[in-house]
Amino acid sequence: MAQRITTTLTINGQRQSITATEDTPLLWVLREQLKLTGTKFGCGVGQCGACTVHLDGKPVQSCLSTLKDVAGKSVTTIEGLSKNSSHPLQQAWIAEQVPQCGYCQSGQIMRAAGLLKETPRPTREQIVEYMSPNICRCGTYARITRAIERAAKELV
Amino acid sequence: MQRRAFLKRTGIALGFVAMPGGLLRVVDAHACGEEGDVDLNAWVHVSNSENTITVKCPTAEMGQGLYTAIPLLVAEELDADWRTIRVEQAPSDRVFSNPDDFSVQGVGGSRSTQGYWRIVRLAGAQARAFLIANAAREWKVGVDECTTEPNNVVHAASGRKLSYMEVAKLDDIQLDAPLLTDKDLKPASQWRLLGRDVPRLDVPLKVTGTARYGIDVQIPGMYYASILHPPVATLPHPLYGDGAENGPLKIDSAEAIKIEGVARVVPLPHGVAVVGTDYWATVLGKRALKVEWKQGSLASQYDSEAKKREWAAVALDRTRQGRLFENAGSFDAAFKAAAQTLSADYVTDHGHHACMEPFNATASMMHDDMELWAPTQGQTWAQQACAKVTGLAEDKIRVFTTFLGGGFGAKTEQLANAEAAMLSKIMDKPVKVIWSREDDVKHGAYRPLSAQHLDAAISADGKVTGWSHRVVADSVLARARKPAWDNNPGIDSAVAAGMTQPYGIPNKHHEYVHQPGGVPVGYWNAVGNGFTIFAVESFMDEVAAKLGKDPLQLRIDLLTDARGKAVLELARKMSDWNRPREGRALGVAYNHGGGGRGGGGTGQLAEVVEVSVDRASGVIKVHNVWAVADVGTAIQPRHLRQQLETGIIWGLSAGLRERVTIKAGVVQQSNFDDYHVPRMDEVPNIQIALLQGALEPSSGAGQIAGLPQAPMAPAIANAVFRLTGARLRAMPMLPQQVKQALSQVAITKA
Repeated sequence: MAQRITTTLTINGQRQSITATEDTPLLWVLREQLKLTGTKFGCGVGQCGACTVHLDGKPVQSCLSTLKDVAGKSVTTIEGLSKNSSHPLQQAWIAEQVPQCGYCQSGQIMRAAGLLKETPRPTREQIVEYMSPNICRCGTYARITRAIERAAKELV
Repeated sequence: MQRRAFLKRTGIALGFVAMPGGLLRVVDAHACGEEGDVDLNAWVHVSNSENTITVKCPTAEMGQGLYTAIPLLVAEELDADWRTIRVEQAPSDRVFSNPDDFSVQGVGGSRSTQGYWRIVRLAGAQARAFLIANAAREWKVGVDECTTEPNNVVHAASGRKLSYMEVAKLDDIQLDAPLLTDKDLKPASQWRLLGRDVPRLDVPLKVTGTARYGIDVQIPGMYYASILHPPVATLPHPLYGDGAENGPLKIDSAEAIKIEGVARVVPLPHGVAVVGTDYWATVLGKRALKVEWKQGSLASQYDSEAKKREWAAVALDRTRQGRLFENAGSFDAAFKAAAQTLSADYVTDHGHHACMEPFNATASMMHDDMELWAPTQGQTWAQQACAKVTGLAEDKIRVFTTFLGGGFGAKTEQLANAEAAMLSKIMDKPVKVIWSREDDVKHGAYRPLSAQHLDAAISADGKVTGWSHRVVADSVLARARKPAWDNNPGIDSAVAAGMTQPYGIPNKHHEYVHQPGGVPVGYWNAVGNGFTIFAVESFMDEVAAKLGKDPLQLRIDLLTDARGKAVLELARKMSDWNRPREGRALGVAYNHGGGGRGGGGTGQLAEVVEVSVDRASGVIKVHNVWAVADVGTAIQPRHLRQQLETGIIWGLSAGLRERVTIKAGVVQQSNFDDYHVPRMDEVPNIQIALLQGALEPSSGAGQIAGLPQAPMAPAIANAVFRLTGARLRAMPMLPQQVKQALSQVAITKA
């Protein structure tokens, strides 16, 4: 049976001590213990991207990362992406009025933030390829693409 | 203090306004809270201290834009300054019932804007009249001498003004004003907010992770619960069944309760709940359960491939009579007199909603009342379901509606709400139930599987004189709205929606043959339109081919509705319909929303798609889509365009890929790896044009996805026919079917 462990993580710039079963997915640690509910549960098996956060600066699916895996690492969630939704992607998301139901959008924005870090001026094809792990069941893909293109212009 | 005492005496003033569908209580005026903070009626609250006007959103915001559309409608008639408008989710209260059809607080079938748009404008106008009356009294002038400009009552003759917030703070505020009717509403020519885009009020919350969905609700001291559901697809509607026919027979919970954090294992009629102090513990507990399940239910004998064959035979066999509706003339006579006849059979698989937010609910039972936090499309239904399983009175269940991470009809379902209610009662603590994705896929309210047979009669002079359409499917109403079904057995408006096509054909026969299958079927996006329009619009193309006519022109010729003709005309122009494309072809389909009953709205929509087919793999690619919609008044045109665009993506995916298959009652898919939903790389170029041929919003700015969704599959099938000569009569149009159809064409040609 899995061990209960206590470990320290840096969450949105703050050191946090967490006690939980070692195989608890990071997703549920964030949502339940830290009340950071912007990161969403969608599939639990890394198929939809709703739970995307940054682990040491890179987008990962937090349903697949266990507490043991992330011990000592640095995690950024949607709540920590910017102060006052000032990140160019958040501003672009508002300008393009991207969300419908909105449930997947934290994950979409965190994934897009990873893309722009790696590729500041992505082509349309690069956007589509990079964003394909993330599902939007409402189907807001066209606006997501436009918002990423808009944010990329802002960032340059 | 004096003022408050006066308001208390006034109490709650009730007014009734006649609306289509009955009388509705709209005026529920009472003061509350701080001085200068007044409820002008159930919908509108003016706060002097905050300098805001708060409007209640009566039912679910699930991406359809209601959270903004309702305040816009109220603000228009209230003559409010949009910058001071706030929105708040309404509590469960029948004053917020949807006037359209349901007469309960809730939404489905693209009926939120359509349903509420008159009542909330009246509420706004009523609030304005109330503010004017009080200002006039203060100034000792006639009400007729006063008017308004945004957020102000104005007495032009004396140049005086009082802001709405100042009126709310008057000492002798009185809460009566003459009741208004539709005639008192502004004509469209005077609108200054409706039809102009404003930024949606929910969007800022949805880019920062602060929008609260059902799954985000946390109450101090609450338990979490995971439910192990049976292997057989089981989604009882709590009002009409408990699912015990598939439920647990023997439960071995020895290993489960050893897991740290698991508090208790609770048998339910339809499953086994693992309750614990954190969600992950309940997931591990669920995995550790050993359960023997009951065998032999009707659902457990259900095989979707076999049903398609069996029901296709029923569709063909005219001795298997169903219920007829909205028939015209005599199809039999037309058929006998016909110079030519044509027939075709279509089958469609089950579809699944796959909302990104799986079913969940949080219930807290305290003595003789209960609070329920739920992402639900049905506030009244939630009250009824929780009352049923707890024994509490309906009005003792208070429902707090959160944002919905997708609805699409699925969240009219009440099982998760009932599970949370049962468990909170048993545990005597708040309990949050969260379904896993696997629970959600394996126990959905699937779009019914259908088999359809169509016949057409053509006269010697090439006119379509008769049309017959038989649909064989299980019933949604028999499971999810039993009183309506029992009242009129055999008629299912949700399933048969879209059958009663609008073409001017003198003899029409529509027949629905009910076949119970036992597996749960429900209100999937566009409901019956999702499969009946596939058959109707594919068959219309087959008729055109038989007549040697252009399929788009034939539709225009046969339609009697000028709005329908107009959307087709514009789609022809936009798509450059007659221009041949190398290696690609166009297909068209039309939708009038099935008459607005059972989903899809009452709009008019034409779609043209451009496709290519990879002959080796059988994969269809949709390159371009042109859609023209006339949905009456668009409350927020930009948002409407997005709804149309995303509905097209739904329809594309439903037409090409999405299906649930069932063997011995067990759903064969389990998550997003085997239930395919569209991803970014599948999105075609989409061009949309809007026409406005009527004032009424059919589905307004609302979740209109049903209207553009349904015609995608037949438009694609029709394009593939034009390109290859192969006719696809099964949905989804999987590559295997395409290859088979292509090889048949090759054989025929040889």
